Amino acid sequence: MKEVVLERPGDFAEWRGVARALLAGGVAPEDVSWRGAEEGASLFGDEAPAASAGAVTLPRELLAMADRVICHRGAEVPARLYRLVWRAARERQLLARTTDADVDWLRKTDKMIRRDIHKMHAFVRFRRLGEGEGRERFAAWFEPDHRILRLTAPFFQRRFYGMDWAIVTPDARAIWQDEVLTLGPGGTRGEVPDSDVVEDQWRTYYGAIFNPARVKIDAMRAEMPKKYWHNLPEAQEIAPLLAGAGARVERMREAAVSAANPRTEKWRTRVADDLLLDDELTSLDAVARAVGGCTRCPLHCNATQAVAGEGPVAARIMVVGEQPGDQEDLQGRPFVGPAGQVLNEAMGEAGLDRRRMFLTNAVKHFKFEPRGKRRLHQNPTSGEIDMCRWWLDKERALVQPELIVTLGASALRGVTGKSASIKSMRGQVHELAGGTKLVATIHPSFLLRLPDRDRAAEERAAFVADLAWARSLAA
Amino acid sequence: MPMDMSSKTTLQKLAVLADAAKYDASCASSGTVKRDSVGTKGIGSTEGMGICHSYAPDGRCISLLKILLTNFCVYDCRFCINRASSNVERARFSPQEVVTLTLDFYKRNYIEGLFLSSGIIRSEDYTMEQLVEVARILREEHRFQGYIHLKTIAGADPALVALAGLYADRLSTNVELPTEAGLESFAPEKKPATIRKTMASVRVGAEDALEAAKSRLIGKAKPPRFAPAGQSTQMIVGADAARDDDILATADNLYSGYHLRRVYYSAYSPIPDASSALPPVRPPLMREHRLYQADWLLRFYGFARSEIMEGASGGMLDLAIDPKLAWALMKRDIFPVDINRAPRELLLRVPGLGTRAVDRIVAVRRTGALRLGDLAKLTASVKKILPFIVTPDWRPGKLTDSADLRARFAPPAEQLALAL
Repeated sequence: MKEVVLERPGDFAEWRGVARALLAGGVAPEDVSWRGAEEGASLFGDEAPAASAGAVTLPRELLAMADRVICHRGAEVPARLYRLVWRAARERQLLARTTDADVDWLRKTDKMIRRDIHKMHAFVRFRRLGEGEGRERFAAWFEPDHRILRLTAPFFQRRFYGMDWAIVTPDARAIWQDEVLTLGPGGTRGEVPDSDVVEDQWRTYYGAIFNPARVKIDAMRAEMPKKYWHNLPEAQEIAPLLAGAGARVERMREAAVSAANPRTEKWRTRVADDLLLDDELTSLDAVARAVGGCTRCPLHCNATQAVAGEGPVAARIMVVGEQPGDQEDLQGRPFVGPAGQVLNEAMGEAGLDRRRMFLTNAVKHFKFEPRGKRRLHQNPTSGEIDMCRWWLDKERALVQPELIVTLGASALRGVTGKSASIKSMRGQVHELAGGTKLVATIHPSFLLRLPDRDRAAEERAAFVADLAWARSLAA
Repeated sequence: MPMDMSSKTTLQKLAVLADAAKYDASCASSGTVKRDSVGTKGIGSTEGMGICHSYAPDGRCISLLKILLTNFCVYDCRFCINRASSNVERARFSPQEVVTLTLDFYKRNYIEGLFLSSGIIRSEDYTMEQLVEVARILREEHRFQGYIHLKTIAGADPALVALAGLYADRLSTNVELPTEAGLESFAPEKKPATIRKTMASVRVGAEDALEAAKSRLIGKAKPPRFAPAGQSTQMIVGADAARDDDILATADNLYSGYHLRRVYYSAYSPIPDASSALPPVRPPLMREHRLYQADWLLRFYGFARSEIMEGASGGMLDLAIDPKLAWALMKRDIFPVDINRAPRELLLRVPGLGTRAVDRIVAVRRTGALRLGDLAKLTASVKKILPFIVTPDWRPGKLTDSADLRARFAPPAEQLALAL
C-alpha cells in the first residue's frame, strides 16, 4: 500500500503531479491511500513513486473536470479522481458512458462545483474601502462551499479590471491591485468593512422590485439558498417584505378605484388621429398615409405595415405585383426583396427605368404563415384582392398610366376584377375602361421557384421580352 | 412637466421608479457576445450566460438594475400603473443619475447591467433620445462593458432605434396585449402596427449590421455589433379576454416576423390604483407557466401551435397538466416509443423528457442499449415517462391506454389551488 499526502488541498497542480507519477509507476488505485497534510507524514510517505516513465495522455475534458472537482472538500475526492484517470487511461470512451458509477459521480460532483462557482460569481458583495491614485478599492468576504477561489478569481479580474479589489474567504484570498492578481492565505470576516453607503439604495431597490402579489418563496430559496443570506445585504429585507406582502395586496384589492388624475388631460395634449376622409385622398402621399391605417380585411392584424405604391405621379407605366413579401413588409417599400431584385434586373435589360415607373401591389398587406423563424408567403384570396382594389383604384386614378403591366394572376385580378389565367391573357394588349392598355405577364417570384436551370433561363427571357414589349407600347 | 426635479432624493426616486418597473418580467442577461474590461480603465464583462445576482421573494431573479427613467407618461393604458390617469407617485431620473446608480451597483457586484425603460414624456422620439443618452454615457464616457437592455419606444424614429442598437445588448418593444381588440380597448394610444413597425426596424437594423460586417473590406475596422442579444417582447396574460390560442398565435407571428429571442408572458397582477376595467384577481401564475411551456414546445420541441392546441380545450391550455402531456394523452396511438430506437424528434415528444435528456439518451445509446436503471441517471423522473416508453426491461402494456392515465399526473384539486 502506497501512502500519499497532499499538502495543499484543492490544489490541482499538486494532485496532478502526484497522480501523473503514480500512473507512470503503474500503481493501481486500490494500492494507494490518500491523506490530507493535517494528518501528518511527508508528501510521498516512505517511498516516492517511480519517476515518470512516459507521458500518459488523458481526455482534455477529464482534466478540465478534475481541475474543478479537486476543489471539493470531500476527503475521498483525490482517490476517486485517481481511479478515474487510471480507468480512463485503460478504457476508451469512458467519459461517454454517463451511466457508469464513477463517471456519474464525476459529472455530478463537477456540476456541484460549477454551481458553487456560479453562485460565488453571483453572490459576492463588494464594499468600498476608498480611492487611491485614481483607482477605487473594494473588498468582499465570502464563504464558498468548496475551495473554489482560484477558479473564480479570473472572472472577477475580467469584470473588474479597472478597480482594485480583494476577496477574502476562510481558505484563501485573491487580491487584484494595480493590475496584478495575487492569491494568498485565508482570512476572517473582520478584515472587510461591515457596510457600504450604496447598500441602502440596493436594499431599497430589492424591496421595490418585489411584487407582493406573487409570493414564491420556494422558487427564491431554490436559487438563493439560505446559507448565502448572511453575506447578502439585501437578504435582511426578506422577512419584513414577506410579513407585509399579504396586507399590501389586501389594501390594493380593497382600495376603491380613485378618480382619474386631474392632470391627465393636461398631459395628454397630443392628437393621434390622422384619419382622412375619402375625398381628401388627393395625392399619393395622402393615399399612402391612409392605407397605413386600413383595417378593411384581417390581413392588417399580422403584417408590419401596409406597403403603398411608389413612383412619380406622372409615370406612364404602372407595374402591379401581388402583395408585399417579408422584406417589403419590414421596410415598407414595394419590390425590395428577392423578387424585386429579379424585376429590377429584368427591367434594366428591357430598357425600363424603375425610377420613372409606378410600382405597386394588388394587395397592400403581407399575407403569410409563421413557420419557426420564417414567414411563408401565402396567396391572397380573391376576396382579399377585391377588398384591396379600393386602394389600387385610388392609385390608378391619381397616376392615370397609359399602360399597366400585371405580374401574375393576383395582379391581373386586382386590376380587372376577374380571374383569368396568365396563359390566356399573355401576348395580347387588352384595353381597360378609360382607354388604359394592359399587358399581362408572370410574377418574377415564379422565376425564383423554377428548379430547372434551362427552363428558368427560357422563362426569364420571355419575361424580359414582355417588359420590352410593354415599353414599346407606352412609347 | 409638472414636477419639481429636485424635490426627491435619488433614494426616493429609486423607490418609485423601481416599483414602477417591476411589472416587466424580463430580466435576462444571457445570449450576448463575450466582452470584458481587460486592459481598460473601465469595468464590466458579459460571459454569454447571464448571472442572477439575487432573487426576490416573488421568485424572480434580479440580474439587472431594472428601472424607469421616469414614470410620468402621456399614455393612458389601463393595465399600467404609470398610465396618465393613475394617481401613483411620480418621479424622474436624469440620465446622469441612472449612470451613477448603474455603476455604483455594478462595482459592488449586485447586477449584470441595466434594463432601462420609460414612460412616454413629450414625444416618443424625445423619450427614446433620453434612453439612448444613458447608454451612450455608460459606453462612451465610462467604457462600461456590462449588459444593457433598452426599451425601444414604439413609434420612435428608426434612426434612434438604430443608434440604440449600437449601445445596447438587447432591445425590446412590448406588445402588452395579445390581440388587436385588447390593445384597442386597454391601450388606446398604442397601435399594434406601430409596435410591429418598431420591431421591424430592429430586425432591419440587425440585418443591415450583418450585411455591413460581411461586406467590409479587409483591414477596415470591425463594424459595431447591433443588439447582439436580439429583441424580446412581453404580453400580459389575463387582463383581457384573449385565449391561450390567441396569445400563442401572436407569439408565433412575432418569432417568425421579427426574429425575437424571447416572448415573455406576464400574469396580470393587480396594481395599486387600478383602473376599474381590470379584474381584481390573483395573478394567473399557473396559466403563465403553461404558456411558457407551450412557447418552449414551439421553439425547441418541433411542435406546431395547432398540435399544442390539440391538448387544449376551447383555446385554453390545461392548467392541471403540462401541454406536452396533454398532447400525448390525445395521441396515445404514437406511444409507447422505444428509447433505444426512436428518432430524436420522437423522443422529444415523450412527456417528461427534456431536450438535454434526449440529447444524452441519443449520445449514450450508441455505446449500448439503455435500460430503465440507466434512464434514472439521465432524466429527472422515470416515473413520469413510464407509460410512454419501451426499454429492454420495460413495457407499459395496458398502462399507455388506461383511462385513468390523466389522473395519475393531474394533482388533486386542492393542491392546484395552493399552487396558484
